Amino acid sequence: MSVLVFAEISDGKFKKATFEAVSYGRQVADMLGTQVVAIAIGTGADASELSTYGAHVVKTIATGDSFTADAYAAAVNASANEVSAHTIIISNTYTGKSLAPRVAQLMNAALATNVVSLPDTSNGFQVKRSVFSGKAFAFVNLQRSHKVIAITPNSFEIKTFGGSANVENSAIALGASSLNIDSVNKVTGKIPLTEAEVVVSGGRGMKGPENWHMIEELANILGAATACSKPVSDMDWRPHSEHVGQTGITIKPNLYIAIGISGAIQHLAGVSSSKVIVAINKDPEAPFFKAADYGIVGDAFDVLPQLISAAKN
Amino acid sequence: MKILACISVVPDTTTKITFTDNNTQFNTAGVQYILNPYDELAVTRGLEIAEANAGTLTIVHVGKADAEPVIRKALSMGANEAIRIDAEAMDAQQVAEEIAKIAEGYDLILTGRESIDYNGGAVCGLLGSLLGIPSINVVTRIDYADGKFSFDRDIDGGRESVSCAGPCVASAQKELCEPRIPNMRGIMAARTKPLQVLPAQTQGGYSQYSAFELPVAKSGVKLIDPSEAGKLIEILRNEAKVI
Ligand SMILES: Cc1cc2nc3c(=O)[nH]c(=O)nc-3n(C[C@H](O)[C@H](O)[C@H](O)COP(=O)(O)OP(=O)(O)OC[C@H]3O[C@@H](n4cnc5c(N)ncnc54)[C@H](O)[C@@H]3O)c2cc1C
Ligand SMILES: Nc1ncnc2c1ncn2[C@@H]1O[C@H](COP(=O)(O)O)[C@@H](O)[C@H]1O
Repeated sequence: MSVLVFAEISDGKFKKATFEAVSYGRQVADMLGTQVVAIAIGTGADASELSTYGAHVVKTIATGDSFTADAYAAAVNASANEVSAHTIIISNTYTGKSLAPRVAQLMNAALATNVVSLPDTSNGFQVKRSVFSGKAFAFVNLQRSHKVIAITPNSFEIKTFGGSANVENSAIALGASSLNIDSVNKVTGKIPLTEAEVVVSGGRGMKGPENWHMIEELANILGAATACSKPVSDMDWRPHSEHVGQTGITIKPNLYIAIGISGAIQHLAGVSSSKVIVAINKDPEAPFFKAADYGIVGDAFDVLPQLISAAKN
Repeated sequence: MKILACISVVPDTTTKITFTDNNTQFNTAGVQYILNPYDELAVTRGLEIAEANAGTLTIVHVGKADAEPVIRKALSMGANEAIRIDAEAMDAQQVAEEIAKIAEGYDLILTGRESIDYNGGAVCGLLGSLLGIPSINVVTRIDYADGKFSFDRDIDGGRESVSCAGPCVASAQKELCEPRIPNMRGIMAARTKPLQVLPAQTQGGYSQYSAFELPVAKSGVKLIDPSEAGKLIEILRNEAKVI
């Protein structure tokens, strides 16, 4: 028996989410009294790095830098069989979300996505996952001998462990995919919203796209990603990829700063799991203040320049 | 061309989520049910592709009879027919296994990116694996030309374009299209469109929900004077320690 972690490689590096998954996997393995094996598909990353986060063994398949769900799922399933892993840990990134269901199906495993807790094995195998777009959590019992757990990024502290992992080339080959990848377009030099630890977000209170340079400037200084409310992307003030909320992206940064956003229930659904929330709004009755840790009742056009100059120091 | 769109029925986005029976049941009292917003996009784009290629769009839902008004809504958008598989849906795996049983013969299967209630985001990938066909998650574009489907999809930190021959399954993301609003003619026509009810064929779920919990309420907002807004940065650095 062992716990298998899918160690996602992106642009020749392990992601932070991968370290979270490995460290989570190690804790599960310790709980079950077994070892944790990481499977890394792709090139560039230094497999031994995963020792630090608790991997006992790292298997590498040094091909296939472009992710395809079908081929990767087959390789993960074969790796799980090889090391008799019953529990598979995957980070719920876009890649992980494509992969986890296919792995679960191949393994005939119970699947839980958006998982935010370690398993409770005192009575069966239970995990906590977020549901209703972050408006609630559910405790779900996984009722199969095999389990696939997809953990929410930025939900677990990365623990470090001593020891050094055995790094081995896997005998498993990555098969062909029935999907052609025609082109990949990655935004470079910008922090992806889903991975950002700080997010600065603007709503209709920002009045128009011409004022966004202030949001961007503050975000730049703080090393933050930028986001927006739905009407802002609907009006094309900002790209759709920045729209957060129930029908946009769900995010969980350490800090979410909402400027000129009312705090409608659908908006809050996508951001309320953020660790610290700041609301800046000229209306003291804005619902966002009920969901915020810190607030400034004031005009964004007065407050933002002050924040920018304070952040510069 | 034959297209299948999978729909889930979810609480309206304004629903205040609460639980009953000692936090073991979702409180359905007063809840309005709607067509899952992402599925609305899947149905709309499915219809556009069907219409452009002399095809048909079939709706499928795994659930009980109380979902029928929402199924009729999808029909009123223009779908040709609907199938309801009569089962209490326990989890995405059960839903996918039921749908896989009737999915033979479709060139394109569409789902939503996720259902906004249980947010599994799993049905698309499960169906792809069960049927042995490509699954393309979170697509913002679907086109069909020269016997091939092509897609744009969101990936971590960007976007990619992929293509394949059918059959394949894709999950709809915002930006795919503007949801189609049913017109009067569509609503009238939907009343008499075929809605077939099939018995469940699988054994039920792989997982079971035992309890729910609401997020811990914020302890109250700490207000900072707007004339000293810069103090916020100091607090975020030294007190909250998040920057
Ligand atoms: C099915 C459905 C799904 C939805 N999904 C989402 C979603 O995913 N994400 C989302 O964001 N919304 C979503 N919405 C929309 C949501 O209900 C709100 O309409 C939206 O979030 C409001 O955006 P806003 O706060 O930017 O704009 P508004 O509601 O117009 O609020 C603007 C705010 O700015 C403040 N303001 C104005 N001027 C200033 C100033 N100078 N300085 C400071 N503050 C100022 C105002 O006091 C006000 O509170 C959804 C709605 C529906 C029906
Ligand atoms: N009961 C159901 N019947 C048919 N399709 C469903 C059902 N539940 C979910 N789906 C489809 O699967 C998608 C993803 O759902 P989920 O995996 O539950 O997040 C939804 O957007 C629907 O397209």
